[in-house]
Amino acid sequence: MNYVNPMKPSERMKLPRQASIEQIAEERNKNFNEVSAGLDEARALIEAARCLECKNPVCIEGCPVTIDIRTFIQLIYKKDYIGAANKIREANYLPAICGRVCPQETQCEIVCTLGKKYEPVAIGKLERFVADYEITHNLFVPPVITNHIDKKVAVVGSGPAGITCAAELAKIGYKVTIFEALHGLGGVLRYGIPEFRLPREILDTEMERVRQLGVEIYKNFVVGRTASIDELFNEWGFEAIFLGTGAGTPTFMGIPGESLSGVYSANEYLTRINLMKAYQFPDSDTPIKVGKEVAVIGGGNTAMDAVRTSLRLGAKKAYLIYRRSRKEMPAREEEVHHAEQEGVEFMMLTNPTRIIADGNNWVSGIECQKMELGEPDESGRRKPIAIKGSEFIVPVQTVIEAVGQKPNPIIQTTTDGLNVSKWGTIVVNDVQLTSREGIFAGGDLTRGGATVILAMRDGKIAAEAIHKYLSEKPDADTKVK
Amino acid sequence: MYPIVAKEILSPTITKYEIKAPFIAKKRKAGNFVMLRIVEDGERIPITLVDSDSNAGTITLIVQAIGKTTKLLATKNVGDSILDVVGPLGVPTPIELHGQVVCIGGGVGTAEVYPIARALKDAGNTIFSIVGARSKDLIILEKEMGQISKEIYVTTDDGSYGRKGIVTDPLKDLLDANKDIHAVYAIGPLPMMKAVANLTKTYGTKTLVSLNAIMVDGTGMCGGCRVSIGGKMKFACVDGPEFDAHLVDFDELIMRNRTYVDLEKIADERCKLTPSIVALAGGVK
Ligand SMILES: Cc1cc2nc3c(=O)[nH]c(=O)nc-3n(C[C@H](O)[C@H](O)[C@H](O)COP(=O)(O)OP(=O)(O)OC[C@H]3O[C@@H](n4cnc5c(N)ncnc54)[C@H](O)[C@@H]3O)c2cc1C
Ligand SMILES: Cc1cc2nc3c(=O)[nH]c(=O)nc-3n(C[C@H](O)[C@H](O)[C@H](O)COP(=O)(O)OP(=O)(O)OC[C@H]3O[C@@H](n4cnc5c(N)ncnc54)[C@H](O)[C@@H]3O)c2cc1C
Ligand code: SF4
Ligand code: FES
Repeated sequence: MNYVNPMKPSERMKLPRQASIEQIAEERNKNFNEVSAGLDEARALIEAARCLECKNPVCIEGCPVTIDIRTFIQLIYKKDYIGAANKIREANYLPAICGRVCPQETQCEIVCTLGKKYEPVAIGKLERFVADYEITHNLFVPPVITNHIDKKVAVVGSGPAGITCAAELAKIGYKVTIFEALHGLGGVLRYGIPEFRLPREILDTEMERVRQLGVEIYKNFVVGRTASIDELFNEWGFEAIFLGTGAGTPTFMGIPGESLSGVYSANEYLTRINLMKAYQFPDSDTPIKVGKEVAVIGGGNTAMDAVRTSLRLGAKKAYLIYRRSRKEMPAREEEVHHAEQEGVEFMMLTNPTRIIADGNNWVSGIECQKMELGEPDESGRRKPIAIKGSEFIVPVQTVIEAVGQKPNPIIQTTTDGLNVSKWGTIVVNDVQLTSREGIFAGGDLTRGGATVILAMRDGKIAAEAIHKYLSEKPDADTKVK
Repeated sequence: MYPIVAKEILSPTITKYEIKAPFIAKKRKAGNFVMLRIVEDGERIPITLVDSDSNAGTITLIVQAIGKTTKLLATKNVGDSILDVVGPLGVPTPIELHGQVVCIGGGVGTAEVYPIARALKDAGNTIFSIVGARSKDLIILEKEMGQISKEIYVTTDDGSYGRKGIVTDPLKDLLDANKDIHAVYAIGPLPMMKAVANLTKTYGTKTLVSLNAIMVDGTGMCGGCRVSIGGKMKFACVDGPEFDAHLVDFDELIMRNRTYVDLEKIADERCKLTPSIVALAGGVK
């Protein structure tokens, strides 16, 4: 194994982990511009020099799609940024997105050798750096597709799972069609994750690159309604279908007062703002109302996005109400940190019991209960238990529930033979095959709420499995009925 | 893009559109609706599918211009296109053989009940229809409803046409006189549907209403359209939009639908009124 960096390990370890250039908290909590500008070239080069170029690069095992992290960092060190971008793209078609939204601190960076004694290499920031470099210098060259296979594959949903599956299949040479229910592409990346974390130009660029692979895209097409799965097979002539419809149906807590005006699911709130651009009202037509005081319930990325968005829409106080302690919050560490910096007030070990109305059917407050942590439950997390008589009321005019989502059942209820779990997720085997021949599935639809990179991993595995399935399938079988 | 292929003005504020949308045309059933978005940055709004022609690949919508989006639609003419149309959404109306059925349309709700009445008639039911509106110029589809009905009753609030009063007046007469009416389908403004529900409850007559909750996606992904049905939370876009009228919490929905009234007014005032009114009156491009 060759080392590209002549520095001794001890010298590399002395270099400090490089921080992103960020908008200051007091300013950014008033605008929708991206919080972080990432690393500039000088910092990226220092960061790349920190990598120990391990003989056993454990970071790669930590990556759900096994990006060759060591090699791409070496290429950065050699200033071959496009080489680095292409190296990443061998494993991950959406580096500009993953570099921004992946929880590296629990994946590649947590296992990084340097992190044992020092701070780990900022792998995510380096990934973002090369992806952004390629975009700003307009250096992307779409892969040349040499093989053309005369077989049609349908991909349902344009979230990270569907997009990845479509891109991989198109690169192999299949005729791929994406069906998307909404008018915008990207799934949660479009309607859920706000612009201040993932600018729309970046998302549009990545989506356009998938189109450049020759993938055909139908928007405004709800599979199960506009056409059924069986029609896609029998009338449209698709020979395999990948389902990546996500887990978009919000759940509510079921506490009194949820029908009041001013109560939103995080999905509705974020969709109005991100997909429908309600923050530009009245220049855009979709309205949103945000109170002076806002309570967001939950501890995941969704809750964090909703609460940070509320500050940007003018809330004077934004509370994050979570029934466990900060340690148990599933959100990315960086988002929690950013939320704190921006002035979000965390109310930990607190559980809402009732939403209170004013005289006009609007929210005027939320009643909460204090909690304490008991014994660990099945998930290993300590179970929160209510403290009797600890109720108190927080005055708020907006309540946003980010307490979980489940898969949209439209396809499951209109398709025979699909095995569905009691959580509403579709059951798949280790290569993402469902209980029905020719139908594969992945992402949040099979996992419940998970992550962008796991959705992409599923899409990739499914693409390989679909390729194998269609290669082995006898042609006589593939005739359109 | 979804081109408008025909447009007909039914009343000063109500217009019928035929729009090219072949996939939707093929699958439409009575009770389905579409979500449409006319322009970039526009709102997504739900509109009932009144009819479809799968050969021509067209769908028919009847829309009352009451706010920003519906007024903007009114300015569009044959040859113009609508940016996004998605559907058919919602659970189709269960079409059963009840025998005798009353179909009630209030205002533009008549457009929504018409396809249901037709499907019920095709299934062998005898239809009594009641068409109501505030005043004469808001009465639509009287002829079409009449053609499929054994009897048709028209009411206007101001008495400018038909019987003066509201739809529950002839409904009460019908229910009193005819013990064989086994189902009532009512679509119109919420207070009207509420009044119908209250009346038919006393007769124990099965009643279905279509709830016009505020929708965003129309596919079950936001929960904005949630309504209370028999004390349980349902999403109008995927569990409905039709529900058993006797289980609906109308007061809650009436309140929820007021959430954005002030903002809707701002949006409406911003959409320069003049061109849309010109278009409404004569269809000038
Ligand atoms: C607000 C928010 C913030 C998040 N932040 C992060 C983060 O920072 N990092 C991270 O790793 N993960 C994050 N996540 C989780 C991550 O976004 C998801 O795990 C991921 O998007 C799942 O991808 P997917 O492709 O399975 O589904 P989705 O992204 O949900 O996409 C599914 C797509 O399918 C479409 N669809 C649904 N039904 C149909 C149908 N019947 N016909 C046609 N199309 C259909 C939907 O419209 C949608 O576009 C976040 C999630 C949310 C909600
Ligand atoms: C299932 C369903 C079917 C419908 N079918 C028809 C139809 O066939 N013809 C017709 O003329 N109208 C129909 N409507 C009503 C139509 O959607 C509203 O009139 C339209 O959204 C008003 O938009 P606007 O911008 O013009 O007016 P606005 O000024 O924005 O709103 C006027 C009123 O319309 C309602 N409304 C506003 N936005 C929405 C929204 N996104 N979703 C639902 N309601 C909203 C509110 O009660 C509001 O007070 C239907 C509604 C539903 C839910
Ligand atoms: S584990 Fe860390 S130090 Fe080792 S190769 Fe990976 S990024 Fe570099
Ligand atoms: S409109 Fe979003 S769930 Fe019904």
